[in-house]
Amino acid sequence: MNEFRIPVGSWVEILFDFVTEYFSFFFDFIRFAFAGAFETVDYLLVSPPFYVIIGLAALLALAVRGWKFFAGTVIGLLLIVGMNQWENAMDTLALVLVASVIAIAMSIPLGILAAKSKAASSVIRPVLDFLQTMPAFVFLIPALLFFRVGEVPGIVATIIFAMAPGVRLTELGIRGVDSEVVEAGSAFGASPGRILRQIQLPLAMPTIMAGINQVIMLSLSMVVIAGMVGAGALGAEIMTSLSRIDIVLGSEAGLAVVILAIFLDRVTAAFGTGNTPISRLIALRKSRATVSASVESRIPVEPESVRL
Amino acid sequence: MTDSIPRPESIAVKADHLYKAFGRRPHEIVKKLKAGKSRAEISSLGVAAVIDASFEVKTGEIFVVMGLSGSGKSTLIRMLNGLWETTSGTVTVGGTDITGVSAKELRDVRRKSISMVFQHFALLPHRTVIDNVAYGLEIQGMGRTERLAKAQTIIDLVGLAGWADNLPSELSGGMQQRVGLGRALAADTDVLLMDEAFSALDPLIRREMQEQLIELQAALGKTIIFITHDLNEAMFLGDRIAVMRDGRIVQIGTPEEILTDPANDYVAQFVQDVDRARVLTAASVMEPVRAVVTKTAGPRAALRTMRDLQTSVTFVLNRDRSFAGIVRDRDVLKLVKAGEVDLRGIIRDDATAVLPETVLVDLVEPSVESELPIAVVDEKNRLLGVIPRVTLLAALGNVATTTGEQPVIEPPATISVSLITETLRETALEGAEA
Repeated sequence: MNEFRIPVGSWVEILFDFVTEYFSFFFDFIRFAFAGAFETVDYLLVSPPFYVIIGLAALLALAVRGWKFFAGTVIGLLLIVGMNQWENAMDTLALVLVASVIAIAMSIPLGILAAKSKAASSVIRPVLDFLQTMPAFVFLIPALLFFRVGEVPGIVATIIFAMAPGVRLTELGIRGVDSEVVEAGSAFGASPGRILRQIQLPLAMPTIMAGINQVIMLSLSMVVIAGMVGAGALGAEIMTSLSRIDIVLGSEAGLAVVILAIFLDRVTAAFGTGNTPISRLIALRKSRATVSASVESRIPVEPESVRL
Repeated sequence: MTDSIPRPESIAVKADHLYKAFGRRPHEIVKKLKAGKSRAEISSLGVAAVIDASFEVKTGEIFVVMGLSGSGKSTLIRMLNGLWETTSGTVTVGGTDITGVSAKELRDVRRKSISMVFQHFALLPHRTVIDNVAYGLEIQGMGRTERLAKAQTIIDLVGLAGWADNLPSELSGGMQQRVGLGRALAADTDVLLMDEAFSALDPLIRREMQEQLIELQAALGKTIIFITHDLNEAMFLGDRIAVMRDGRIVQIGTPEEILTDPANDYVAQFVQDVDRARVLTAASVMEPVRAVVTKTAGPRAALRTMRDLQTSVTFVLNRDRSFAGIVRDRDVLKLVKAGEVDLRGIIRDDATAVLPETVLVDLVEPSVESELPIAVVDEKNRLLGVIPRVTLLAALGNVATTTGEQPVIEPPATISVSLITETLRETALEGAEA
């Protein structure tokens, strides 16, 4: 019995050798595209003075949640600057943004596909289970093999790790749309594409936004792990502090991650509910306009049923 | 309404031997059902939701499909616009067979010919009332300005003026269903499917909506197929009713036919709680007229008729057979004794005359106020039948009136037969019978 062994690991290695051999052009392309995207976003975040970025972030905070969040954002980001982690934090943010945008762009269509087709769902589900339960570090190995050291393997590992909730919640959201409303769309002769666009996606939006929120949060946690493969930024700081048992650096970099996480979470969560100060303002404007335009017609005729 | 325009081209929707089975092998289920197996026998294979349903719905008719939950009525209605594919059988809408056509053709039929109102309204919650009403038009490809203008007229029609810019969530249930109805009307299809459309509403609002639906139907002439589990609703709305049980249609008929002539015990049991007074009409309960004389027949003939039938009143007809009134035995007896030959003086015209389509609930009051039987006459005032008080009571209480050989004659004679006979004999010599 001691002699018996199934060499799964070796098979995987053979597979990877084969893939790197014949698909290197594909990986080169991905490497080039992701690196370009990261550098562009990173440049936009790092090159302006920190107070410009803080100002923009604070305005966003004000628009989506209000004064308290505005104040919290300003204080939190200033703390990052004070801890001398600003540039690292912006690198991390750039990694998160690039990785989550790509992860969302891939996971929503997959989620739609899974919701529309039972066959697709039965293929996608086990794959997601695999991605979610496989220890996150394991993703780093193929990423390193295909893309070598740097930001790109970090981004790729992050995308793979963070996609699952986006797919799952999109599928759940679309499947959860009141079947009668979907039926109503078909009953009036709407095409499946139109039903998706006008009924299923808008009604599933809160759930999909919850998925997007999860994708971003998972990206952030994975980006730190990706520091191990040379993705730099806060992840690298944390790795350094780990190897040196440097509690000062470790706590400061860790705190910076927490601040970024809270900021991103609150912003995306606010979009999910759809109830932001900005949307309330727009709704108020709109209703004032209609009221003043048709005060006469609105008051008199109220059907009997209202009173009953 | 049911017997008008029976032309063949006026069939709006035709269902021909429809089957719908759910399971791994639906066709096998249908094959077994066709071979005579019962629903219970095939239950290991799957569920037979609809079994061999055939009917025709005429243009401009309100056709109600009634059954309890699980009877297959919702599945049936969904096959009529192709939301469910039929396992076997064909559906024809406006002359087009919609079974087995491509998805695109099916969408085309739904846009142009058949729209639907849903039990839980199924409005688009993120769109305003007017955008919801205009939804069908939007799918049809109508421009925004044009469709909003049309939607606005429909909103006024269904009584929602002033609510166009509200979201559905700001409306009460009854008003939301008006939006649902408006959306279906705006699409301007000939056929409207209504799936338990009023079942989720409060009873008072439901009645109001039912009345409004009938008004709208009369004004717009739509063909309506209405699903309900509420028999009173079915009786109130339906020109014809199909009663479903366990996937099969057990009876199709007018409300009166269902009520007075139930096809089996199930239907009979079902209809026993119906408010009969609002469904049954004078024509369905009236008795043939027995005691009847013409105006010129004279009092002696009238008296003899009453004696033979042992009744205290007789109906008097004009020469053209139209209803003139009623005479009572006492008055006739006096007349005969006095040697008069003309009935005209004693004809009472205070008897109630009603049209055959009058519902029984409207006969209760006249029947209480006067012991005279109610005359049923047609538009030309010709006497068709008579409804004595006993008959009315029997009909309302669902008691068979023809228990014996003897038909009910009412009111019973108040003067003894011997007295009448004697009077007739005494006056025989002087009286001149015409």
